[in-house]
Amino acid sequence: MRRLLWPLVVLALLLVVNVIFTPTFFSIQMREGHLYGSLIDILRFGAPLILVSLGMTLVIATGGIDLSVGSVVAISGALACLQISQDAGVLTAVVLALGLSVLLGAWNGFLVAAVGIQPIIATLILMVAGRGLAQLITDGQIITVNDPAYKLIGGGYWLTVPFGILLVLAVLAVTVFLTRRLALGMLIESVGGNAEASRLAGIRSRGIVIMVYAFAALCAGIAGLMISSNVSSADGNNAGLWIELDAILAVVIGGTSLAGGRFSLGGTVLGALIIQTLTTTIYSVGVPPETTLLFKALVVTAVCLIQSPAFRDKVFRRRGRPPTPRPAAEEKVRVTA
Amino acid sequence: MTGPAPGAGPVPRERPCPGGAVDREGAVEMAALAPILRMSGIGKQFPGVKALDGVDLRLLPGEVHALMGENGAGKSTLIKVLTGVHPVDAGEIELAGQAVAFGSPLEAQAAGISTVYQEVNLCANLSVAENIFIGREPRRWGRIDWRRMRVRAADLLDRLELDLDVSAPLSTYSLAIQQMVAIARAIDIEARVLILDEPTSSLDAGEVEQLFRVMRALKEQGIAILFVSHFLDQIYEISDRMTILRNGRLVGEHLTSELSQVELVAKMIGQELADLEKLHGEAKVFDRPLVEARGLGRTGAIEPFTLTVHEGEVVGLAGLLGSGRTEIARLLFGADHASTGEIAVGGVPVSLRTPRAAMTHRIAFCSENRKSDGLIPDLTVRENIILALQATRGWTRPVPREQQDELVGRYIKALKINPANPEHLVRDLSGGNQQKVVLARWLILEPRLLILDEPTRGIDVGAKAEIQRLVARLSDGGMAVLFISAELEEVLRLSHRVGVLRDRRLVAQLPNDATLTNDVLLETIASGGPA
Repeated sequence: MRRLLWPLVVLALLLVVNVIFTPTFFSIQMREGHLYGSLIDILRFGAPLILVSLGMTLVIATGGIDLSVGSVVAISGALACLQISQDAGVLTAVVLALGLSVLLGAWNGFLVAAVGIQPIIATLILMVAGRGLAQLITDGQIITVNDPAYKLIGGGYWLTVPFGILLVLAVLAVTVFLTRRLALGMLIESVGGNAEASRLAGIRSRGIVIMVYAFAALCAGIAGLMISSNVSSADGNNAGLWIELDAILAVVIGGTSLAGGRFSLGGTVLGALIIQTLTTTIYSVGVPPETTLLFKALVVTAVCLIQSPAFRDKVFRRRGRPPTPRPAAEEKVRVTA
Repeated sequence: MTGPAPGAGPVPRERPCPGGAVDREGAVEMAALAPILRMSGIGKQFPGVKALDGVDLRLLPGEVHALMGENGAGKSTLIKVLTGVHPVDAGEIELAGQAVAFGSPLEAQAAGISTVYQEVNLCANLSVAENIFIGREPRRWGRIDWRRMRVRAADLLDRLELDLDVSAPLSTYSLAIQQMVAIARAIDIEARVLILDEPTSSLDAGEVEQLFRVMRALKEQGIAILFVSHFLDQIYEISDRMTILRNGRLVGEHLTSELSQVELVAKMIGQELADLEKLHGEAKVFDRPLVEARGLGRTGAIEPFTLTVHEGEVVGLAGLLGSGRTEIARLLFGADHASTGEIAVGGVPVSLRTPRAAMTHRIAFCSENRKSDGLIPDLTVRENIILALQATRGWTRPVPREQQDELVGRYIKALKINPANPEHLVRDLSGGNQQKVVLARWLILEPRLLILDEPTRGIDVGAKAEIQRLVARLSDGGMAVLFISAELEEVLRLSHRVGVLRDRRLVAQLPNDATLTNDVLLETIASGGPA
């Protein structure tokens, strides 16, 4: 659990800053049978990012990366809205959208594991082409839908709680089950930690890698449904734009190494929450809109530095302990003389 | 004026002979060939290991000098100390009579000591000329003078008697040519000493001949070449003298023409004939073939061989490093694809295209390279041990935690893995314990054929004896074992039969009876045929 310490500290710090600027930040009220409050908002608006980050965590754990999740978000939302606008049932729309997402993810995995293309290139293909595909689905228009059942996914409530939060909890539970109760997590970590040794231990890494990319796309697909449902429209151009970068950031902040191997789902959730809280903080503190991105970049840089053990050693321990002299130094002088 | 006037008296100018040794060719020859490089009393200590201890080496201009020794004898360390990769702990290095101590390979290069490593460190996508001059491009008006670069590159390659298109990308040429381009790059920097660290390990016979032509041309030009290779034939073909190391110590310096191959191998391995403790029980009859390889081979790795391993039999493989021992193991495990031949398990022909396929026939393989091919450093001891078992079950059927704990606990105890904590990260364990973890991973699968490639390398004596006893016990219990080791003594102790490899060829299979001794094995390794 020590790995989660720093993300927790950062999140707590951000929350404290918010309380200072907005004293009512922690208050949660019940209005018209729904939970309301800043914390609830962070969870609700952060839900798509958490989902995408969960999928990204597993991809990164295999030593890969998935740049196409933002495009998958757009495609999934576009297909679902198109279906609903053509009077298909919500269930059909959702199943079709998620089915297509999984297919696209499997394609990514196929390129990486079977064809052997570097993950960053393989998924870059879909990142670029996927936006076009989303445009194609919506015919270049923004499709608006008005279906209360579809609205539930991203904008509705169930048992007083925003439905999106429940959805995230469900996906998180399934992911934890697959990776930690079943053996998927260990095999993923093994493939990411040492691919050749895993092969020699008899692990069929190809299937695992394809599955992981498909899962990441599924998560992105669900996030796409949430985002389009929340605004009741599908925008092929802007839905999920740059979400892949936020997701990668969330994974890294959560303590999973980009080199692959050990991963932490809890850390990723914390990382995604930190990013979402940061966005909220920027609004509540009143940072001018034109400097928002710069401000975010500064905070993220700081977070990454704090997390780096090498950096902490340099800053915090330098004054404390003098460097021990190298024992070889004396002899070396004698030799060179 | 004080002091002797110039030419007034005889000034003693004779060079003292190094170490008092008088060359048989006579003192005149010796004076003409003062060593360009002299290393004396070199010592190097790594944490817990004395890598070099009082090693001397001298290189004469215009000679090819072979640096010989088994794996871990200190050859690479000596080269690294010489070229400034590591600082020396003791001893002196003299280049052309001047004491030197290089802080980095760059400094060594500037002083005229160039190194070409086994792996070609060049950029295959750049042209031949660019590769030769990368970082030192001839310039005019601050811009690269491409014309002059091409002309100079062609001149340089001419010195090596090579005729290449210098503007073609390096990747269009074979590995041998790439190696020679690396050499061209090295000698352009006014090299006086050229170090070739296993340059021939990935070359075929024709390419080796080509390389040797280049080496002879350089020799003519007075460059001293230090040559490291595991191929004895090549050493005897090209080298003039050799320095032999064993366990970080100097064994001796010899003229190649005065040392037979048998003597060389004996000096490299060391004739420590320990008493042969009987490890196996009573003599057994092996009449149930388990794995039969017929004409199995892989181009460039191992010549086709035929080998049968019976149930309960330990077959040892002996031979120098690079002789094809590991290649046989990898083919039998499906880690590499065979280009010829066939395998049968229990009399049934099978196709071992992947390790997983071999595992379904209950063949297990402990690689010699624990770090890169065995361990998953980030996972715990428990996870590393159950990895292969879990792989056979797929991800949907996890090994139940109680069963994991039981299996892991049993093997931690049986193999005395220390620390005995299953949740310890395997990266923090010592080499011997890591080896035991990999062994445990395969033993819980209860294989019928266990392939052990250098299972005792780099681990302490106690762990070594434990692993040897374990192998004997397993084979007495009916398991077939293919045991690969560089230590002949160990192979002789454990094996019922010994296969001898030389230059990527299985040259002999000898029953381990009273007539098979260390000397017979050495003779077979050196001569390439049954004694």
